[in-house]
Amino acid sequence: MLSHFFHSWIHDPLVSMFGVGGLVVWLVLCILAIAVPVILSVALYVWWERKVLGWMHVRMGPNSVGPAGLAQTFADVFKLLLKEYFMPQSASKFLFVVAPLIALVPAFAAWAVVPFDDKVVLADVNAGLLYLLAMTSLGVYGIILAGWSSNSKYAMLGAMRSAAQVVSYEIAMGMALVGVLICAGSLNLSDIVRAQGGHYGLFSWFWLPLLPLFVIYFISGVAETNRAPFDVAEGESEIVAGFHVEYSGAPFAVFFLTEYANMILISFLASVLFLGGWLSPFHGAGWGFLSADGWWWLFAKAFGFAFFYLWFRAAFPRYRYDQIMRLGWKVFVPITIVWVLVAGCLVYFNIVGPGKV
Amino acid sequence: MSFELILFYLFSFVLLIAALGVITVKNSVHAALLLVLTFFTAAALWLLLQAEFLAVALVLVYVGAVMVLFLFVVMMLDIKVEPLREGFVRYLPVGAVVALVMLVEMLGLIGLKAMSAQALPPDPAGASNTAWLGNALFTQFLLPFEVAAVILTVALVAAVVLTLRRRTGVKSQNPARQVAVKASERIRIVKMESVSKGGTP
Repeated sequence: MLSHFFHSWIHDPLVSMFGVGGLVVWLVLCILAIAVPVILSVALYVWWERKVLGWMHVRMGPNSVGPAGLAQTFADVFKLLLKEYFMPQSASKFLFVVAPLIALVPAFAAWAVVPFDDKVVLADVNAGLLYLLAMTSLGVYGIILAGWSSNSKYAMLGAMRSAAQVVSYEIAMGMALVGVLICAGSLNLSDIVRAQGGHYGLFSWFWLPLLPLFVIYFISGVAETNRAPFDVAEGESEIVAGFHVEYSGAPFAVFFLTEYANMILISFLASVLFLGGWLSPFHGAGWGFLSADGWWWLFAKAFGFAFFYLWFRAAFPRYRYDQIMRLGWKVFVPITIVWVLVAGCLVYFNIVGPGKV
Repeated sequence: MSFELILFYLFSFVLLIAALGVITVKNSVHAALLLVLTFFTAAALWLLLQAEFLAVALVLVYVGAVMVLFLFVVMMLDIKVEPLREGFVRYLPVGAVVALVMLVEMLGLIGLKAMSAQALPPDPAGASNTAWLGNALFTQFLLPFEVAAVILTVALVAAVVLTLRRRTGVKSQNPARQVAVKASERIRIVKMESVSKGGTP
């Protein structure tokens, strides 16, 4: 309904008046309508993270700048942007400058295929799931290049750790997604959400038949975004700050933005793939507005996952490196392979699938 | 000239320049990055042909995984390129012959295929690229597909066997045992009577 309104009031006049140019303007407006809220939510997410960590540590968290410390992140951002931009003398100049941008681009490009509501998606492509997997695996280039171009041992070690970790967990993540696409019978994210709309509300979603894959997907997502307890790429106690140890000012802010944008993205994806996206948990129960599907459900689910990220960080100590590798290769990959077979059987015997439950 | 044709020439230009760069630049990390650009542009070209599954798979497999590991190795080894280039003129004739034979073979294969094989039916309306490709692979081309899968698995096992070595006398940890450890195996609580030293309590 909302998209229809925007389509008829902005898209149609633009295209009819300016032709191809109008279409480009419309696309840029759509991209801004996704990118700007993502950046703003990153700012709020950082504030929320510091607040939650504070409460879990029985502290106050940021409370001085703005009401309840809400403007703290913005103050930090301005501080970072105004700080001196410093480059090591023997750095590989071009790559050093480009690396943060290479990290940033996939983090935002992936949002193109995320469906926020029925038919509210920038690009409703058929291979959406594959595109997402490709984009999330591209992000590691920014980290590797930052580590290498800094010409610093610590940065290099961080980059190496990150490369090995991301490549390992990508396999578990990909296999988890294979389970989802077997059950949904489609690579299109909107179709995947629609395939979860059954008569039993939240019990029709894929988290129930694919419970191991669901857990593995989110844990792999935490590892893929280099967050605690898998944040060995920037393990402060061992290698200072890892791959971005030589970065300061605005480029550091870009790395920061990328990390949090990726976390929010993984939160949204876990909600879309396993928790029914925009579908209401009481879908089909006929409880008035509680049973109505809409973007607010997706945002509530994503907020839950985003909170899990912070909870993990407060609750778990950092994994040792060999244990990370063991968890990825020897635990997650075998479980996902077995459960992909199980998912295949479930679909073959008509227990799960679009329109089955 | 249509918009697609302009894009095709643009991507082809970038691809050729990047591929040339791979074999000419001095720094091996830069060469690997140019190879990444080559793969990426090739994927863009495939997208222009509406082979979206193949394009994304190329990015996913080669750019997202293979080249990351490649970069990993290149960065770790710190290869010096200059000694590698020394015998360039000496080996040039052999290289040229190999390249020529490969070119002839490829052209022959493409020519033969173009004459003999009939093209697969075009993408039927409605069916997605991926579903169509999957159907073709698992029905019409099942045997070649499975043979390729077996060959890849054998290569995988071979690579693992080649690098696997058990050294004796090395102190190493077994994470499975570490994770499974119970508190009772590591700590013994000793119950002791409290002793008063005779002072006032």
